[in-house]
Amino acid sequence: MTLAAESSPATAQPAALAVETPLRRFLSDYFESWVATAALALLAIIVLLAIVAPWIVPQNPYDLAQVDVMESRLPPGEKHSVSGYTYWLGTDGAGRDLLSAMLYGVRISLTVGVLSGLIAMAIGATVGLIAAYAGGRVESLIMRVVDLQLSFPAILLALMLIAILGKGVDKIIIALVTVQWAYYARTVRGTALVESRKEYVEAARCLGLSHNRILMRHILPNCLPPLIVVATVQTAHAIALEATLSFLGVGLPQTEPSLGLLISNGFEYMLSGKYWISFFPGILLLLTIMVINLVGDQLRDVLNPRLRR
Amino acid sequence: MAAFVLRRLMQSVVVVFVMSLIVFCGVHLIGDPVHLLINPQADQKDIEAAIRSLGLDKPIWQQYLHFIGGALSGDLGKSFIFGESALKVIVQRMPATLELALAATAMSVTLGIPLGLYAGLYPKSLASRTIMASSILGFSLPTFWVGLMLIMVFAVMLGWLPSTGRGETATWLGITSSLFTVNGWKHILLPALNLALLKISLVIRLTRAGAREAIHQDYIKFARAKGLSNRRIIGVHLLKNILIPVVTVLGLEFGNLVAFSVVTETIFAWPGMGKLLIGSIQSLDRPVIVAYLIIIVLMFVVINLVVDILYSVLDPRVRLGEKSA
Repeated sequence: MTLAAESSPATAQPAALAVETPLRRFLSDYFESWVATAALALLAIIVLLAIVAPWIVPQNPYDLAQVDVMESRLPPGEKHSVSGYTYWLGTDGAGRDLLSAMLYGVRISLTVGVLSGLIAMAIGATVGLIAAYAGGRVESLIMRVVDLQLSFPAILLALMLIAILGKGVDKIIIALVTVQWAYYARTVRGTALVESRKEYVEAARCLGLSHNRILMRHILPNCLPPLIVVATVQTAHAIALEATLSFLGVGLPQTEPSLGLLISNGFEYMLSGKYWISFFPGILLLLTIMVINLVGDQLRDVLNPRLRR
Repeated sequence: MAAFVLRRLMQSVVVVFVMSLIVFCGVHLIGDPVHLLINPQADQKDIEAAIRSLGLDKPIWQQYLHFIGGALSGDLGKSFIFGESALKVIVQRMPATLELALAATAMSVTLGIPLGLYAGLYPKSLASRTIMASSILGFSLPTFWVGLMLIMVFAVMLGWLPSTGRGETATWLGITSSLFTVNGWKHILLPALNLALLKISLVIRLTRAGAREAIHQDYIKFARAKGLSNRRIIGVHLLKNILIPVVTVLGLEFGNLVAFSVVTETIFAWPGMGKLLIGSIQSLDRPVIVAYLIIIVLMFVVINLVVDILYSVLDPRVRLGEKSA
C-alpha cells in the first residue's frame, strides 16, 4: 500500500494525458504496485505452464512406458541412466520425473480450484441476489444458513462432506463448492442491498423492467468488483483446501495427482532425508497460492471506491 | 435477559438436532460397510448374523431413532473397527487433542502479543515490517506444508526434536498429560507450533491494530502526563485494553484449533481425535465419524452460545439488535 501511494504521482500523469476510460484507469491503478505486477506476471506464467503442460513436459509421468521404477527417488540433477536426460528436480517414489509430475499436478490443482470457484460463485451470487432482492423471510432464512455455515471451519465441513460422499474429483468439487458458496452469497447480498436502494434501480423499476432484467443487467454488474475480489481469494483457499484434503488421503484419487497428492506421496520419504519429493511440489503450491492472494489484495485496493485517490 | 438466553438455547438445540440428522443420513450413503467389515470368505449365515449384530438390517429411520435414543443416554454406537463404544474411543483421544490445542493457544499468546505490540508501537521500523510480512505468510501458507517443513528442518536435518507421536505422560493433580514431562514437551513443541502458526499471525494483527488505535487515546496521554514510566504505560494501561478483543477471538478460535488439529495430528502422528477421524473416514467406521462430528458440533454450538451470552451481558445493544431483527 505505501509503495503504491508513493509512486502514484509519477504514473498517474501519463494516464491522465490519455483518454481516461474505466478500464485504463483500472489498469494504471493496478500496475502502480510492482509487487502486484510481478505477482500477476508469475500467476500468468503458472497458468500458462499448467495449460501447455502436456506438450512441454520432458516426460509424460503417467505413461508407464516412459517411467522407469529403477530410477525412483533420484536426487535433483541426476541423469537418466539410458537417455542421459537430466532430472532437474529429481524423481519421485515411482520413478517419475518430478518436474513433469509437478506441471501435471498444478494443472489439476488449478482446474479443481478454478472450477469449484466458478460454480460456487454462480450459486452464491444467485442466492445472494435473491436474498437481497426478495428480503423478508426468504432473506433471513438464507442468511441464517449462511451464518451457520460460516461459523464452522471450512476444513471440517469439507471433511464431513467427503466422509459422506466418498472420494473422487466430482466429490471434491462438490465439497469445495459447498464450503465456498456462502462467502459469495454474503458478499453479493451485502453489495446488492446497497445497490438496490440507489436511484438507477428505482429508475429501472419506474420504466417497468422485469425483476429478472433489473437483477441481472442492473444490480449484478454493479456487484462485480467485490465479487471479483472474493473470487480470487476464494480460489486460493480452494486450492489450499484441496491440497490439504489430498494430503490427508481423503481428497483426489491417485489417478489425478494434484500438488497436494504429490506432497503426500513424498512425505514417507522425507524422514529418510529425501526431501525433494515433497519440497518442490510444496514450493509450487505455495507460490501459486501466494501470487493469487497478492493479486487479490491489489484488486481489493484498486476496486474499492473508498480507497480511490 | 432470561428470554434471550432461552431463545438462544432453543436455537442451539435445533442446530444440534438438524446437524445430527444431516450427518447420520449422509454417512449412511457412503458405500456399504457390510463388504468392508465382514470377511468375504464367510458363509451367508455368518454375514447375516454380523449385519444383525451391527443393526444394519433395519430401515434407516429405525437406525436413526436407535442412534438418537442412544445419543441422549451417552451411547453413540459401537465402533466397527475397535469394537468399543464410539464415544469412548473418541473420549480416550480427547486429552491429547485438547493438550495440543492448549499448547498452541499458549504459544500464539506468548509469541503473538509481544510481536504485535512491537509492530504496533514502532510501525515504521524494519523489524515491524518483517513481522507483518511474516504474518501474511502465516496466513497463506497451508498448515500441512509448514508441518512438513518443520519436520524436515528440526527433526531430519538438525535432529533436535522428535517428529512423530506423543511423549511420555505423567499424572499430576489427577490430570494425565504429556505436558508434565520433559520428553512430552519435546514431542509437543513442533506440532503445537504448526497448529499455532495461523493463530500467531492473527494475534499479531489484532494486537498491532489495537496498539495503534489505543496509543492515541486520552488515557494514554493522561498516563504520560502523569509521568508514568513507558514500561508501566505499555505493560498495564495499553495491554489491558488490547487484551479484550484478543481474548475474545482466541476463545472463539479454540474450536477452529481443534478442527484444524486434524491436519497437524495426521502429519505428526499425534494420537488425538483428528487423526482418529481421518482413519475412520478411510476405513468407513461410521459410528466414530458420526460421534466425532456430533461432538465437534456440540463444542462449536456451546462456544458460540457462551460467547453470545457473554456479549449480551457486556453489551446490551446485542440483545436489542436481536429483537428488532
